[in-house]
Amino acid sequence: MDWQAFEISMMLAVLTCVALLPLGLTIAYFLAKSRFVGRGVIEAIITLPLVLPPTVLGYFLLVGMDNHSALGGLFVTLTGHSLAFSFIGLWFASIIYSLPFAVQPMLRSLEEIAPEIREAAWCSGLSKWKTFFKIELPLAWPGIITAMVLSFSHTLGEFGVVLMIGGNIAGETRTLSIAIYDSVLAFDHQQAQTMSYVLLAIALITISIVYTFNRKQSRMVGI
Amino acid sequence: MLELNLQQSYPNQLNVNLRCEAGEVLALVGPSGAGKSSVLRCIAGLNSPQKGIIKCKDQTWFNSDSKINKTPQQRRVGMVFQNYALFPHLTVIDNIKLALDTHSSSLLKQAEQLLDQVNLSGLEQRYPHQLSGGQQQRVALARALARRPEVLLLDEPFSAVDKVTRRKLYMELNTLRRELDMPVILVTHDLDEAAMLADSLCVIHQGKTLQQGPPEQVLYQPDNIAIARQVDARNVFSGQLVKYDGALTLRWFDYYINVDKSMGFSDGQTVFWTLSPSKVLLHQRVRRSRGEYENPLVGTICEMIVLRGITTLLVRIENTQGTVLQMDLPEHVAMRNDLAIGEIISVSLLAAAIHLMEE
Repeated sequence: MDWQAFEISMMLAVLTCVALLPLGLTIAYFLAKSRFVGRGVIEAIITLPLVLPPTVLGYFLLVGMDNHSALGGLFVTLTGHSLAFSFIGLWFASIIYSLPFAVQPMLRSLEEIAPEIREAAWCSGLSKWKTFFKIELPLAWPGIITAMVLSFSHTLGEFGVVLMIGGNIAGETRTLSIAIYDSVLAFDHQQAQTMSYVLLAIALITISIVYTFNRKQSRMVGI
Repeated sequence: MLELNLQQSYPNQLNVNLRCEAGEVLALVGPSGAGKSSVLRCIAGLNSPQKGIIKCKDQTWFNSDSKINKTPQQRRVGMVFQNYALFPHLTVIDNIKLALDTHSSSLLKQAEQLLDQVNLSGLEQRYPHQLSGGQQQRVALARALARRPEVLLLDEPFSAVDKVTRRKLYMELNTLRRELDMPVILVTHDLDEAAMLADSLCVIHQGKTLQQGPPEQVLYQPDNIAIARQVDARNVFSGQLVKYDGALTLRWFDYYINVDKSMGFSDGQTVFWTLSPSKVLLHQRVRRSRGEYENPLVGTICEMIVLRGITTLLVRIENTQGTVLQMDLPEHVAMRNDLAIGEIISVSLLAAAIHLMEE
């Protein structure tokens, strides 16, 4: 068992969730509230990582993180390090890669809130912020939990993008799924099997959490 | 006192003038899509009209000329939505506490008092989905009152409950309204409901307020034929005013009908006239009375409908090319006079109740 890879994977998944919670919620809230021409295009761009081959996405991200590109160049200027083949680069790529998994459930749950509920809150004297925290957020909670769990599991299992962006640097970009691939190439099936079981267990537990929580919440609000 | 004037051409047409005194219940009536709910939304600050003024007490909530447009939070309105819009994740008591003034020290006590006021004590810890439609409506009402609103807005509050519950809620609202000292605006498409609960009615059609006044006046003395149609006035006919024996009389087919009020109409003018079915008198068949000299007509009963003690008769009047007159009688009167379909009866039209309208 490659514990170092396990640590990298977990750290990457947790940090991706931490970034996606505010980012995904902001995007989902904006999309849920607004009706404008081009909304479909924005939604399509966000959903693109879901349908693109990971290698294609990884390639574009790699080009975008190149030291000569705007983003890569800025990162080098600020930190002195290259963005590609670094943990930060991998984190950035994971955020993009898992964005649809975060935005879609949040958007769906925000859209399910009847506009009158929001208006009733305003008529009850609640400010827009208070309405968000006391009414919209609790009602969208199942969607937010689903979004976080899906983003976490998805990041944990990502392979193609990691290989393209991060390569296979031990202690920096070698995640559990890369380590499994490495073990198989090295005919170390025992190690590959253990790590695969670990990922399987994590996936099963997280998905079970989503279903249990959603059912409990639905019972509570009588949906 | 609430006073408003709203003008809008998009997305829906609005041309509304309303006035509602403190303690008064004003019913906005009209068909679906007439703009009733839009008016409520404008008052609540959820919609902004293109032009107009909304004033409540001494405050201006909206004025398009001076660019005043207060938010719903600043307006202190209590609103009961059509489907109640209760917060589904909060208990009954929390739904109400959220609308109470947060600086108040006795939140729980106030919320309990409000629940008591709407007869819901004991259900504090229930969630909205665990309540019946009538109970949900009461919670919505308590929540609307929690803010100590300066205006109470009720958007079709009885449409989502069954008939039995509705009757019960009518009684409760009637009792509760005596304790309320703010203008109450009730939106409904049910004229009976409006007449029962409101002090005044305002007819709205295609976004335009047509007439406002006491229910009796709007229902039985509509300003014109368009309003008469909106309030589903029965017995609407056309005739001509003529001088007869020195007085203006209504000529209807070959009959000369006396009217008490000629309402500024002149000789020779064609008018519409209406008469409430309850103001058509049946001549008793056994004992004749003086009333028989007042606009007497003879006709044949062609239909009888009995509903809750009131018998509605459709009477085909002689010499009127088959025109049918409607009249309402207490059921016992119909029984005592042995009325039945096909019977010939004579009736009187009360001159004082005949209302003339222009086209």
